[in-house]
Amino acid sequence: MEKTTVTHGTFVIERSYAATPERVFAAFQDPAKKRRWFIEGRNNEAETFEMDFRVGGTERSSYQMGPNSPFPGTVISNETKYMDIVPNRRIVIAYTMSMGERRFSSSQATFELVPSEKGTDLTFTEQGAYFEGSDGAERREAGWRQLLEHLDKGIAVA
Amino acid sequence: MAHRKIHVDRVFHALGDPTRRALVERLSEGPISVSLLAKPLAITLAAVVQHLQVLEKSGLVRTEKLGRVRTCRIETGGLSVAEQWIEDRRATWEKRLDRLGDLLEEE
Repeated sequence: MEKTTVTHGTFVIERSYAATPERVFAAFQDPAKKRRWFIEGRNNEAETFEMDFRVGGTERSSYQMGPNSPFPGTVISNETKYMDIVPNRRIVIAYTMSMGERRFSSSQATFELVPSEKGTDLTFTEQGAYFEGSDGAERREAGWRQLLEHLDKGIAVA
Repeated sequence: MAHRKIHVDRVFHALGDPTRRALVERLSEGPISVSLLAKPLAITLAAVVQHLQVLEKSGLVRTEKLGRVRTCRIETGGLSVAEQWIEDRRATWEKRLDRLGDLLEEE
């Protein structure tokens, strides 16, 4: 069996928008609006996007990696579940990302909307578990062993 | 990639020594304290520390002091792959939230 590894990571992103929390929330709730900002504006093949915005509801999106990417044709997919929704205030999701059949991360992400003078302060927090393959520790170790073996052989020949 | 090439000479110098190769081989199994690393070797702790300094300068090994224990580990050349991956994820979300800002301005 393949050795498994998990790396945990957390990061926070803050944004300030000149729009009321109601309008920011609507951009999460309305599938047409959500798709516009959530999906990257590149022409990927076979792009899909569907969402069911309610607690327990699922959102799925996927795209095929382009010809200039490291893995052309491979499908990258995102499966999101809505864990908590407080209208105009908070959205909590849990989501996994996969490359082909293989999941490479599972995260919880929280969007907090706070009314401000300008409009809305948004705080995004991701708490993620990143699986083997996203770490590359085994590949790194294998690489080191190979390098050392080559070096030993090189020295023996010399 | 360019900055890695600069260190190639130092890397080969560092690995040109059998003791240092043994140290790197041991460290490729995982982080370890300097004293434990020195234990199976027939050289003094001071000599091990000197070898580690050469490895550290070449960017192959990183040491850090946690309390009274100095631990060393293999250095992967800046950020680990996982850290880079988390940074990619952050960049993806930053772009998304910027596009959300653009959308809100257009409305």
